[in-house]
Amino acid sequence: MLNYLVKRLISTIPVLIGISLLLFFMLRMLPGDPAQVLAGQMATPQEIENIRHQLGLDRPIYEQYAIYLGHLARFDLGRSARTQNPVSQEIWARLPNTLLLAVVAMGLACLLGIPAGIISALRPYSWIDYAVTMTALFGISMPVFWLGLMLVVLFSIILKWLPAGGTGGWQYVILPSVTLASFVVAFIARMTRSTMLETLSQDYTTTARSKGLTEKVIVVKHAFRNALIPIITVVGLQFGMLLGGAVLTETVFAWPGIGRLIVDSILARDYPMIQGTILVFGLLYILVNLAVDFIYAFVDPRIRYD
Amino acid sequence: MNPPEAPLLAVRNLHTRFHTLDGVVNAVDGVDFEVYPGETLGLVGESGCGKSVTAFSILQLLRCPPAEIQGQVEFEGVDLLGLDKEAVRRIRGGGISMIFQEPMTSLNPVLKIGEQIAEGVRVHKKMTHRQSRRWAVEMLRMVRISSPGSRARQYPHKFSGGMRQRAMIAMALSCRPRLILADEPTTALDVTIQAQVMELMQELKKEFNTAIVLITHDLGVIAEMASRVVVMYAGKIVEEAPVREIFKDPRHPYTRGLLGSIPVIGRKAETGRRLQEIPGVVPSPMEAPPGCRFHPRCSEALALCSTQPPPVIRLTDNRCVRCWLEAGDNEKKTSDFV
Repeated sequence: MLNYLVKRLISTIPVLIGISLLLFFMLRMLPGDPAQVLAGQMATPQEIENIRHQLGLDRPIYEQYAIYLGHLARFDLGRSARTQNPVSQEIWARLPNTLLLAVVAMGLACLLGIPAGIISALRPYSWIDYAVTMTALFGISMPVFWLGLMLVVLFSIILKWLPAGGTGGWQYVILPSVTLASFVVAFIARMTRSTMLETLSQDYTTTARSKGLTEKVIVVKHAFRNALIPIITVVGLQFGMLLGGAVLTETVFAWPGIGRLIVDSILARDYPMIQGTILVFGLLYILVNLAVDFIYAFVDPRIRYD
Repeated sequence: MNPPEAPLLAVRNLHTRFHTLDGVVNAVDGVDFEVYPGETLGLVGESGCGKSVTAFSILQLLRCPPAEIQGQVEFEGVDLLGLDKEAVRRIRGGGISMIFQEPMTSLNPVLKIGEQIAEGVRVHKKMTHRQSRRWAVEMLRMVRISSPGSRARQYPHKFSGGMRQRAMIAMALSCRPRLILADEPTTALDVTIQAQVMELMQELKKEFNTAIVLITHDLGVIAEMASRVVVMYAGKIVEEAPVREIFKDPRHPYTRGLLGSIPVIGRKAETGRRLQEIPGVVPSPMEAPPGCRFHPRCSEALALCSTQPPPVIRLTDNRCVRCWLEAGDNEKKTSDFV
C-alpha cells in the first residue's frame, strides 16, 4: 500500500510538468502585453521596455520556461507581477477559502444527491422519480453565474436574509456553496439512481431479501454499499468541476478564494500568478483522485493495491 | 400413498404473470403441489418452464409489478399470499429459506461471509452480534468449511464456487427453517463438487428434518435426492409421481423424452441408438400452443391434443399425469394434481 502511494505521488511530477508546459505556452499566446498592462496607459516605450526586462520577458521563450521550471523544482512559484508578493504566499492566503467552499458544497451535494438518487431508484418512474430527474436537469442546465445572481436577488435583496457577498460568519458561506452544489448535486443524484437500480436487481439483493432482512437493511447495507464505487468516482471527478465552478462563483459573490485570484490575474496578465494558481488546481485535482483510489480499497474488499 | 401428516407447504392453483411491454407472460399457469415435512420434492423441467418462478413466487421474491401472483401458497396452514409484507418477511429465512443457482453472484461481494450468515440469524433468532457471529462460525463448520473462524472473516471473492455454495447452504440452514427451496443448487458447480454438495444437503436434511423443494433439470440429482417428483412443462405440471415410478414407468411423453435424453455410458454400443432428444424448444409463455402445450414436440400426439387441453388423470393414489394418451384407454377419473 505504501509502495503504491509513493509510486502514485512520484507519477504526479510528470503530470505537473505537462500542465506547466501547456500553461506556459498557452498563456503567452494570449493577446496583450503584461509589461504594457503593468506600466499603464501613459508609460513611455522605455518604461515598458524596462519592465519587460525586469520580468525577464525579453529573453527567448524556451529560456523563460527553463528558468520557470528551475524555480518550480525549488517550489518557488515566483512573484506576482502585479503585487510583487510571492505567488505561494497569495495562494496560501486564499486556498482555505476555496477549499471551505468546495468542501461545504460537496457535502451539501452528497447530502441531497445521494438520498434523492436512492429514493428515485426505489420508486422508478414514479412521480417522485420524475421530480428528482427534472430538478436534476434544472441544476445541470443552469449556468452557475446566473443561478448565483438569482439567489442574490432573492435572498439578499428581496428577503434580506443572507449577505450578497464577502466573507465573515457561516451565513456568508451559504449562497456561494448552494450555487456551487447545484451543479454537482444533479450529477450525484443521477449516478446514485442508476447504480442503485442496478444493485437492487442483483442476485445478492434477492439473497438478502430471501433471508428476511428489513427493506432498510437491504437498501442501505446490501444495495447501497455496492453502489458506492461509482458514486465515489463521480464525487471525485466533480471535485474538479467545483474548482472550475469556483472561478465563477467566487467572482459573483466576491469570495476571496483562488478562483477570483485567477480571474484578477488573467485580467492583469499576471503570468506567474496564473501559472501558480492553475498549477495548484491541477495538484488538488490529482490529489483528490488519488484519495478516491484509496477510498475504493476501503469500500470494496476486492480492490487491493500491492 | 402420501405421508399421513398435514402438508408443510401446499401450493394451489398458483398463477404468476408478468406484465411486460410485449404483453402478459403466463410464466406459472395453475400449479398445484404439496410438500410434506422432511421430504424432498423434485421439481424438474427444461429451462424456461417456470420452475424457478414457482419458487420465487412462494417467497414473493419477484418484483410486483411487473409480476402478479395469484392462488394460494399455504405454509403450515397459513396462506402466504394473504399475509402483509412484514409477516412474509418473518417467514423468509425463518420458516422457508432459499438456495440460489449462482453462488458467484448470490453472495454480497462487500460483506464478510460470517456477517452474511449472522445478519439473518440476528433477525430471526434474536441473537446479539457476538452470539450470531459465533453461530455463523458454527454453521460454516457444519458445512465442512475448514478453519471456519478465519473463513468467516473473509469476503466471498476468497471462496471457491463450491465453498460459496456451502456458505449459501450454511446461510439457508442457519435459522433452522422447516423448508428449503433449492433452485438449481448444483448446476453452476463442477461434477465432483456437485456430488459433495448434494451429499452435504442430504446429511443436513436428515439431521434437521428439513423439507426440500429441489428445482433442477438434472434427473441424476433427482434420482439421488428426491422422494417425489413433479414435472413441469411450459408453466404447467404434466406429471407427478414417486421417484422410483417416474424412472421405471414414465407416463407423460415429455417425461419419457427427458429420461431418454440422459446419456448412459455404453448404451449406444448395446442398442446402436443415438442419444435421444426432444425436438424443438419450450414455447414462449406468450405464444403457448392451443390444446396440450407439449403437442408440437410430442411424437405420440393425437388429433385431439392440438385442440383440447388435456385433463389431469389420476393413475394411482400418488400418481397423476396431464395427457390425453392416458385418458382414452379406460374410465380413469379426471382430477387435479395432489
